[in-house]
Amino acid sequence: MASASAKKIRPKYLSLPALLFEIRLPVPGWVSILHRISGALLFFPFTAWLLYMLDASLRSEQGFEAVKHYLQLPLVKLGMLVFIWAFCHHFCAGIRYLFLDLDKGVELRTARVTSWIVIAAGLGLTALFGAKLW
Amino acid sequence: MVKRLVVGAHYGLRDWLAQRITAVIMAVYALIAAGIVLNSTPLTHAVWRDLFAQGWMRVATLLFAISLVWHTWVGVRDILMDYVKPDGMRLTLQVLVLLVLASYLGWAVQILFR
Repeated sequence: MASASAKKIRPKYLSLPALLFEIRLPVPGWVSILHRISGALLFFPFTAWLLYMLDASLRSEQGFEAVKHYLQLPLVKLGMLVFIWAFCHHFCAGIRYLFLDLDKGVELRTARVTSWIVIAAGLGLTALFGAKLW
Repeated sequence: MVKRLVVGAHYGLRDWLAQRITAVIMAVYALIAAGIVLNSTPLTHAVWRDLFAQGWMRVATLLFAISLVWHTWVGVRDILMDYVKPDGMRLTLQVLVLLVLASYLGWAVQILFR
């Protein structure tokens, strides 16, 4: 009896174009998945990378200067930009979740507005700190 | 009626709460650290070294590192539980994550207290 129902072909609406263009994730969903992605990136590789730089910069004067020069390399700057975004987004989205835990901002309208604010704040802070880095 | 058997020691709630408390600790540290670094321009090696030579900064940074490890463990474990279904692979990855986190903490202690 199980095989009979298993053989029946059911429509699956999960083609790549459908996933990309038709199934739209709501804004709070974007904040959520970006929170996960940024969190995973912060765990690896960014924590290891920053520990490496902290280690070198505190070890000696030469180490400090070496890290300063290292941070001027274009590829390193690009990596730092991704780190800054991941940190800022994770930070802002995290504060939003803390408020949601306290039942603040759970109404649909508010939740959408705060989601946009989090995404914008993440990008805005990245631009701000990125400009300082350059 | 289905009698639900409650097992465990409420570690779900404990982890959830720990993730939030560590988040607040890290947020406060990040704001203070960013404020200090952005205010001490130009940032020279002497300024940087003296900052981390202070006892309170070392303890605060250690507290940050412990919070980071705990917070990350809860978060990454959630991700692994959601996306990695084969038990063996999930367990392997979880052990790997714990090893990486333990190394991070060891490294941080080494940097702070050498």
